[in-house]
Amino acid sequence: MRQYATKRIGLFIPTVLLITIIVFVVMRLVPGDPALAILEGEGGGVYTQQDLANLRAELGTDRPIVVQYVDWIGGVIRGDFGDSIWFRSPVMIELNRRIPVTVELAVLSTILAILIAVPFGVLSAIKPDSLLDYGARSFTLVGIAIPQFFAAIILILFLVKAFGWLPPLGYATLWEDPLTNLQQMIFPALALAFYEMAFIARVTRSSMMEILREDYMRTARAKGLAEWIVVLRHGLKNALLPILTISGWQFGRLFGGTVIIETIFLIPGMGRILIESIFHRDFPMIQAIIVIIGLFIVTINLLVDLLYGWLDPRIRYS
Amino acid sequence: MSMLRSADTMQAEAPLKLRSKPSPPAALFHFARRHPLGALGGAILAAMILVAIFAPFLAPHDPQATSVAQQYAPPGGERILGGDHLGRDVLSRLIYGARISLSVGLLSVGIGVTAGTLLGVFSAYAGGTVDLVVQRLVDALMGFPPIILALGLMAALGASMNNVVIALVVILLPGTTRVIRSQTLSIKELDYVMAARSIDASPARIVLRHILPNVAATYIVLSTITLGFAIVVEASLSFLGVGIPPDVPTWGGMLTLGASRYVNTAPWLAIFPGIAITLVVFAINLLGDSLRDILDPKLRGGI
Repeated sequence: MRQYATKRIGLFIPTVLLITIIVFVVMRLVPGDPALAILEGEGGGVYTQQDLANLRAELGTDRPIVVQYVDWIGGVIRGDFGDSIWFRSPVMIELNRRIPVTVELAVLSTILAILIAVPFGVLSAIKPDSLLDYGARSFTLVGIAIPQFFAAIILILFLVKAFGWLPPLGYATLWEDPLTNLQQMIFPALALAFYEMAFIARVTRSSMMEILREDYMRTARAKGLAEWIVVLRHGLKNALLPILTISGWQFGRLFGGTVIIETIFLIPGMGRILIESIFHRDFPMIQAIIVIIGLFIVTINLLVDLLYGWLDPRIRYS
Repeated sequence: MSMLRSADTMQAEAPLKLRSKPSPPAALFHFARRHPLGALGGAILAAMILVAIFAPFLAPHDPQATSVAQQYAPPGGERILGGDHLGRDVLSRLIYGARISLSVGLLSVGIGVTAGTLLGVFSAYAGGTVDLVVQRLVDALMGFPPIILALGLMAALGASMNNVVIALVVILLPGTTRVIRSQTLSIKELDYVMAARSIDASPARIVLRHILPNVAATYIVLSTITLGFAIVVEASLSFLGVGIPPDVPTWGGMLTLGASRYVNTAPWLAIFPGIAITLVVFAINLLGDSLRDILDPKLRGGI
């Protein structure tokens, strides 16, 4: 295990470094001079060469790119991602409020997806080619094809027509008002969970089907255990590992989806501010959000891999 | 393989010609019988491509023509699928939108999967430091959720159709490279490559004659599977307002307005483009699944 963990963590560090380099370089692809863009955008084009030189020095764009990167990464290690052009304050002040919202949305969505999809996957595997199985499988096919934003819109439309529900304008945090917060988050989380649900139901079905054929299932039945104990304790328990692993790996995709869901449901999370920052051309903010999301994903993948390696020795030695 | 087949047909004597190579229509018929869902997907996709090609003849109205009288016109009137906030014909915009969705999707998949395949083969064949560097780069690129990476690129490059294609190519690259690389690694160890190497065939010849033909099936499957994904990401970018500029009729762009402001009063503005996207992605997935089962069953669940 130690060897596997060392190897896996050894791969983690260069990946993290490359992530920061990629984002930094991509953000320097912006055509033109950011200082010039700010002056022409705000000052209406009235500025002197001195103003331009001052602003360049202030933004640090007058130095070589390698020096800029080293300076920036030094800050990142200390948790300082620079100042937002739009908010005129360190980006982390704004992001500290936003990150928990997005994490809550993603976690809630994963929980919902597992709670809904696993029972359907199991039932579908126990009774293949039944009406329920066909229903679940059709849902899987559609669920994977339907774009997230369209799923969200259909959900809103349904809620509006059926319950007269409207997306809330305000937002209550989980700590201040848990009940209102959950009421606000449950539907966005459901819309976000659509794809994972389809995916998890599919994985549950196929891994349960495989396990149902195992010898130990027959043994469990032969010794007279009740059918539901056989299915749950001997079947599902063994199927759960791939399901949890895949949910972990899918977490990254979920983070991408939060951008769309937060925009539609007006949730003040990290994804929504990413879109706003693109419109404001607030590059320090965009850069910080993308790096944070990237780091988050590779860290989760690392943890999932380590957990998987720890639980299943076959992974370690392959 | 060919020896086996000829021995087999010699015993059966007569049906030698029938077995050797079916004509294209016969092959298509065989595919449709064995994989009805895949054939359905292929048929829907082919119909959509025809609609896109013949858009000027099929669209009942000019997709850009505004009309005060037809603002928010419900479906069923002169505007068959209704009118949008400027009174433009939703059906005509859907038909023209098929052009954008499909051409952006096909173009980016064509470039992205081809580049990823070449990079994957190169990385695996070169090995050593080259392989190590390419793989770390692939790992890093796969650390970003695809849509986030695309958003970062669009933020830096600016909203335009060319930049959407560039962003899509970049997000398709790492996954394709990884799949093709691992396949090349196993092909590299096969006897016929060893044999070629032992008679001193040049690396270029080995790659061109022995490796590329053997990853071709995977290439086709990857192209199909990623096409649906590319179309959804393009629609997502347009939906978020950072993709193709809003005056161009795109499915994602049509949904933006329909979704955010008029979902209560004029739901058809959101529903029809949403159905169009879902249908085309559904069709591509069905076709892709069948092609994968035929050409490359090992890829199941791989991407």
